[in-house]
Amino acid sequence: MPGPMKMRATLGQGFTDVRVLMTHPMETGQRKDSDGKLVPLHFIQNLTVKVNGKPVVEAQISQAVSRNPVFSFRLKGGAKGDKIEVSWLDNQGETNSTEAAVA
Amino acid sequence: MRAIALAAALAVGCAAACAAQAQDAAKEIQRYRQMIAEGSPAELFELEGEALWKKPQGPKNVSLEKCDLGRGAGVLKGAYARLPRYFKDADRVMDLETRLLYCMVTLQGRSQEEATKRVFGSADRPSEMESLSAYIAAQSRGMKLDPGVSHPKEKQSVELGRALYFHRAGAWDFSCASCHGEEGKRIRMQDLPVLYKPASARPIIATWPAYRVSTSQFVTLQWRMNDCYRQMRAPEPNFGSETTVALIHFLTATAKGEPYRGPGSKR
Repeated sequence: MPGPMKMRATLGQGFTDVRVLMTHPMETGQRKDSDGKLVPLHFIQNLTVKVNGKPVVEAQISQAVSRNPVFSFRLKGGAKGDKIEVSWLDNQGETNSTEAAVA
Repeated sequence: MRAIALAAALAVGCAAACAAQAQDAAKEIQRYRQMIAEGSPAELFELEGEALWKKPQGPKNVSLEKCDLGRGAGVLKGAYARLPRYFKDADRVMDLETRLLYCMVTLQGRSQEEATKRVFGSADRPSEMESLSAYIAAQSRGMKLDPGVSHPKEKQSVELGRALYFHRAGAWDFSCASCHGEEGKRIRMQDLPVLYKPASARPIIATWPAYRVSTSQFVTLQWRMNDCYRQMRAPEPNFGSETTVALIHFLTATAKGEPYRGPGSKR
């Protein structure tokens, strides 16, 4: 089961700052474990952000991103109480999501 | 004569340029620290720790929720900021991790051996102790560090810690002060704070335990003591031993009064 996610969305002057933390090993597929065997490629492939059910970001990210990534972005507009939903899908088919209201 | 003058001019030139370079490096290091502090994955460990705190475990199948960290059974608010301190039930001074271990043994009925089997985790698999430390320390954010220093055993522990800080031993004849005893020193990007001085100890101790960016691990003060002893090529201290607790106690007592800002981020 994937580890926890944490999101914070704060309202600014005409924009919303969103920061999402994700637990993920983000394996590059190049690293060897202590037995000398390759650790299989395991990384977040797709990241989707929805605001009140409407998709606003569709990101395709690679294994170049570090372990336990933080994804931070700024949305135009936004209002207090807007529901922001972030979900990811990795190359092994695992998925996780979290949601938060703009504060 | 001209050669001497030239050498002198060169030396002066370097003094100015080198100082500027050192200052730039310090500024860049500062900027880097700020970047890693924003959106620190330490928060993920806090979530994990909360789940572990409430999870029934051990032969008695109970959670740690009744664990007394010094503020009463199950009280987490401000508990970390007041550690290490003397605990009457155990008749010794304990830091957070030692106290957690005590609770695992007394409340959950686990054996000392089983509970300490894996106290320091890896990036792939963090330890229970690390996540719990993150969660509990976070409940003291903004509170002033106020370890116990009045009980005779607390005084004894702080004094032992101070003595150990300056005590040279091991294959390399090192003490903590060998590296952390002179102002303005660093190893690569890492400043070497003079931890027996409050001005240096305060900002450091107030951000432990912390997430370590270079290893993707959450690290605790018990780990820091253990690893410093390893780097000094000294025999490995036991987890939660009088030695490690005394050192943590001495450092925290030196940093007393600083508002807690952790769990932090380290290089």
